[in-house]
Amino acid sequence: MATKIFKHIQTSAVPLPIENIDTDQIIPARFLKATTREGFGNNLFRDWRFDNDGNPKQDFILNDPIYSGKILVAGKNFGCGSSREHAAWALADYGFDAVVSSFFADIFKGNALNNGLLPVQVSDDFLKKLFDAIHADPNAVIEVNLVDQFIKIVATGEQESFEVNPYKKACMTNGYDDIDYILSKKELVEEFEGSKE
Amino acid sequence: MGQTLFDKIWDAHVVSSNEGFPDILYIDTHFIHEVTSPQAFDGLRARGLPVFRPKQTVATADHNVPTWNQHLPIKEELSRYQVDMLTKNCAEFGIELYGLGHSFQGIVHVIGPELGITRPGGTYVCGDSHTSTHGAFGAIAFGIGTSQVEQVMATQCLLQQRPKRMKIEVNGKLHKGVGAKDIILYIISQISAAGGTGYAVEYAGDTIRSLSMEGRMTICNMSIEMGARCGLIAPDETTIEYVKGREFAPKGEEWDKAVAYWQTLYSDEDAKFDSVLSFKAEDIEPMITYGTNPGMGIGVTQHVPQTASFEQKEQGSYKKALDYMGLHDDEQLLGKPIDYVFIGSCTNSRIEDLRQVAEFVKGKHKADNVTVWVVPGSKQVQQQAIREGLDKIFDAAGFPLREPGCSACLGMNEDKIPAGKYCVSTSNRNFEGRQGPNSRTFLASPLTAAASAITGVVTDIRDFLSKEELVN
Repeated sequence: MATKIFKHIQTSAVPLPIENIDTDQIIPARFLKATTREGFGNNLFRDWRFDNDGNPKQDFILNDPIYSGKILVAGKNFGCGSSREHAAWALADYGFDAVVSSFFADIFKGNALNNGLLPVQVSDDFLKKLFDAIHADPNAVIEVNLVDQFIKIVATGEQESFEVNPYKKACMTNGYDDIDYILSKKELVEEFEGSKE
Repeated sequence: MGQTLFDKIWDAHVVSSNEGFPDILYIDTHFIHEVTSPQAFDGLRARGLPVFRPKQTVATADHNVPTWNQHLPIKEELSRYQVDMLTKNCAEFGIELYGLGHSFQGIVHVIGPELGITRPGGTYVCGDSHTSTHGAFGAIAFGIGTSQVEQVMATQCLLQQRPKRMKIEVNGKLHKGVGAKDIILYIISQISAAGGTGYAVEYAGDTIRSLSMEGRMTICNMSIEMGARCGLIAPDETTIEYVKGREFAPKGEEWDKAVAYWQTLYSDEDAKFDSVLSFKAEDIEPMITYGTNPGMGIGVTQHVPQTASFEQKEQGSYKKALDYMGLHDDEQLLGKPIDYVFIGSCTNSRIEDLRQVAEFVKGKHKADNVTVWVVPGSKQVQQQAIREGLDKIFDAAGFPLREPGCSACLGMNEDKIPAGKYCVSTSNRNFEGRQGPNSRTFLASPLTAAASAITGVVTDIRDFLSKEELVN
């Protein structure tokens, strides 16, 4: 089945300079009771974003109208903890196409790639440059280019290349799907099973 | 060049390996539960696919289930719907379900091992990060997202990059009152919540070797809390004795053949690891966490670190964590009043954990300011505890033995820690809001949790042990 295609984006970004943001913060467990993939964006960062009565907390960045865009820039070790794919669904459903950090947790990174949400790992230095650029100008345009594997602060031209698994890159730029790929090798799977009997 | 244990198992499960592609890895058993499976079943329906190997798929309901009056319908509507959905999906796709009321029901990472489904040399996945638990048997086991749950349902395989290999050795004799939970909390406090990211971690050394299977599961369970892809421990006599005779363990000739294979599962002398770390058992004291990730742990007698001891760019996150926890620089947790004690979760809810707590609390009573929940990991653990009379000891101590489930580890059922309250918890995560919105978690061992329940304050278990000479 085809999945969402990602090639490159140019957009402003939302800064969230907190380290070790775990998937319980991205989407708390009590919102995992839904049985479909839609609608998780409403509860993205729920307990940082809303108070107990459901009112937006003014000091949280997503409630600050100055900041918007399709890129979330976050502190290191983003997405640690629970394997819940709901975290990737919530970020994508809210409207993010890419998350930038200096370090990602493994499972989150895989989940994001499987949902057309690009995890972009940059150096500590470049992460600081991004935060500085966004704080100086909340409308600063950031380019994330998956085809050529770079991220750029458009106004200054500062850029850095990033790594991505070549197979997952092909999936994201073409909308390929892991299951279709393995199913195309089904006879190998059956052969493997036969060899173990 | 010799091979690591991890590589031996990985290589034995590679269906296809192509340059530039992740390996296609065969999965021996796929565990599923109600929270991370419904969207995967929907995906199969949309593709018109069956579950490829339903007999290699095992389901249970654990995250949403109540731990009191389990025989009654689940009160919370969405929880009930999710559990019902699992029942319907398993029936439609031909999957064995150990649901509520079944004598095998329980936390997925407790029932796999106790039923003899988890075995040395196998590959196990589940839409749950604590799947790393099963690595204690000398297996490759890790958590996956729901798209991958669908992938395994559709193909019994997973596309995976081979991770790097790390060895963590612990050698020496543990102090009294220090156990497996303290070892793993200590390791994570030393290498941080991201220190294992990108690695498969093999735990080795004579201290690890001396642990029971329950202790080894506690260690491997928390591998994910340092970011590791999985954790594993080479099988030995302890492992083989544990598996022998269990419900689904091989029997007769099959057993002999299996054991002969398991005895080849160890890292060769000259195997190369990408990273090797060593720790001394003597350096470990009973541990407790003070912050909002499992790497923020200290010995129970130590003080919370000073903000100034962190790099400038880390100080904001650190202050945020201390504010959330209602703590300040240099504070000592010892003696701090607590409100709740939770003994349970896939980290510490096995029969050995319950026996250890019961032995300690026998003849004592909890402090008035503390509510205690003891939640067994499975129906079988609960029944065994009752057979041994542990429930009566717990009752007398004010520690009611509840019914099996994930419970207050993540508060998807009613078992939530109220806002602002402190809970000494034997679970695995102290994230903000993990045990309920604005709850505050101190992670610790079952003995530390039990001792703190008796005194009503964060307690050093060794203060009791010196008087009682209780052997850990």
